[in-house]
Amino acid sequence: MLEIKNLSAEIKGKPILDGLNLSVGTGEVAAIMGPNGSGKSTLSYIIAGKPDYLVTSGQVLLDGENILELEPDARAALGVFLAFQYPIEIPGVATMTFLKASLNAQRRARGEADLTTPDFMRAVRGAAQSLKIDPDMLKRPLNVGFSGGEKKRMEVLQMTLLAPRMCVLDETDSGLDIDALRIVAEGVNALRDPKRSFLVITHYQRLLEYIKPDVVHVMAKGRIVKSGGPELALELERNGYRDYASEAA
Amino acid sequence: MTMHRAIAKTAAETTLAEQFAALRGAGPSTRRDAAFRRFEEAGLPTRRLEAWHYTDLRAALASAAPLAKAPDAAAVEAARRSLASLARAGGTRLVVLDGRFVAALSDAPPAGVAVDPTPPEAPTFSEADPMLALNVALSLGGCALTIEPGRRAPLIEIVHCFSADADEAVCSRVAIALGAGARASVIERFVGARAGAQRHVSTWISLAPDAKAAHVASIEDGAGLHVESQIAHLAERAEFDAFGFVAGGALARRQIFATLAGEHARVALGGLALIDGRRHADTTLEVVHAAPRGQSREFFRHIVADDGVGVFQGKVIVRPGAQKTDGAMKSQAILLSPNAAMNNKPELEILADDVVCGHGATVGALDPEQVFYLQARGLPRRDAEAMLLEAFGAEAIARVAEPELAEILLSMTRAWLARRAGAAPT
Repeated sequence: MLEIKNLSAEIKGKPILDGLNLSVGTGEVAAIMGPNGSGKSTLSYIIAGKPDYLVTSGQVLLDGENILELEPDARAALGVFLAFQYPIEIPGVATMTFLKASLNAQRRARGEADLTTPDFMRAVRGAAQSLKIDPDMLKRPLNVGFSGGEKKRMEVLQMTLLAPRMCVLDETDSGLDIDALRIVAEGVNALRDPKRSFLVITHYQRLLEYIKPDVVHVMAKGRIVKSGGPELALELERNGYRDYASEAA
Repeated sequence: MTMHRAIAKTAAETTLAEQFAALRGAGPSTRRDAAFRRFEEAGLPTRRLEAWHYTDLRAALASAAPLAKAPDAAAVEAARRSLASLARAGGTRLVVLDGRFVAALSDAPPAGVAVDPTPPEAPTFSEADPMLALNVALSLGGCALTIEPGRRAPLIEIVHCFSADADEAVCSRVAIALGAGARASVIERFVGARAGAQRHVSTWISLAPDAKAAHVASIEDGAGLHVESQIAHLAERAEFDAFGFVAGGALARRQIFATLAGEHARVALGGLALIDGRRHADTTLEVVHAAPRGQSREFFRHIVADDGVGVFQGKVIVRPGAQKTDGAMKSQAILLSPNAAMNNKPELEILADDVVCGHGATVGALDPEQVFYLQARGLPRRDAEAMLLEAFGAEAIARVAEPELAEILLSMTRAWLARRAGAAPT
């Protein structure tokens, strides 16, 4: 599904990613853990196409196609989805209006017809209900005045509606209490599918108790320094990131 | 302060003097004479006049277009045809064609509302604004609306349009007087002007105690010059909500003089200006709190693209004795190109000691984080930008209380954004 080869990138002249290699198989749930400043969020932004970064070498391949030259919306239409660590507030745009516009924009980009309003409403209501999102929230401007938990549930709602193939979750657990974390994780787990891949980026092992990864990668100093099974996450929880920080130095 | 004018009259000023002389020959008026003297003393405003600092009309107005003649029967019929395609804002439609009220194109006034085809002589005012003085001196016509005390009038739409194919100027006045406790909503729409057209208009709104008026001014055409003065006078407990929508006009200047003369009066002024190409749009306010316990709110937004220039000057004056005044002013602008410019000048002049007044102004580009977020969800960049700009405009339009008027302004905003998206290079 996703293959990242020798990816190096910098922001304002400061190197962040340093020859990163990573492969996520179709249907695989991969976790990336790492200390603060290791470049985890940068990696997620570069996959989604945020323009602030300068890629100095390497490729990001989605099913063999290099997506680095594509605009973020073109990547989204191909099935890339980034659940933001800090979802952006959009004043004046009702959540419902935004959901419909983004869903139909992706459909148009893929040559599909717009969803009819009744079909759209049904899809939104169903997804909102399972994520315990109050329908009134959908009338409010997107993310404006939403609590941390509401914002993260809204991200998962969008992921559910847009049905991407490659889901990147950037620190989805940050700022969530246990109840909110459980709801969000259940929403993600409901989307697990043999044809859909996940890249779950997190600082803490806690999230991985709810979203069980197939593979765990450790990231430090802009590259993947160790890969293993779920037991690797537990090891990190016990020993911290000390060993990896020095290894990558 | 005396204005000393060392420089000779411009071609435009000479033409204006000739126009006034011709008008005076047809029927002299001491009120007009006084107004024209004031205009002549000052001349066309320049940057040296503080209230016109960002709009040098003397330099911009190369020549004054000839004044439009009263429309003949053929012009009225032509206007009837073109007005048929202008969707009604609702309620009663009144038409001012070439600066004159045309009963044949207008609906009958609703109950409790008197419409006089000749506005009464302008009340004397102390403001020294030269363009307002010129409007009083050269006014060809317009109309006067009187809403009887206690009456709640249905929506009134005043359409100001041009019949001429030639480049002409109009100068007209509208007077709206609300009796005690009366309520009215009025929209004035400016349509049909060509690029060579010049328009000088004024609206005089007087509110008796407890009256409430909502007013929308909408500049929808491509007039070469649009100078509009709004004069509002509020008695005690009167409320005035005004909104200005500027989607057209090569050079548009809206100036609002509002006086809260009675206690507990409330004024809310809002606006949205969409400025593209080489257009220049100036909104200048002077809000005077002359009585205690008044409230004023100003909320203006500008979207400036291409080589456009936006100007917002807001002056709130709290006179001595106007205690417990509550004032808040906000101006926000989004610039869409490196050449777009916005000039903000909020000003407070507080001569009472027990007041709460504040102002704020922001100018910036679209937030790239917001654009990226929407793009990451699949919206192409232009659609993402249009969505954010529409939301920015819609938050200003939300100040318009009548849903049908808000919807008209919103659809014009969408059309402007769509035109821009269509015209933008890929």
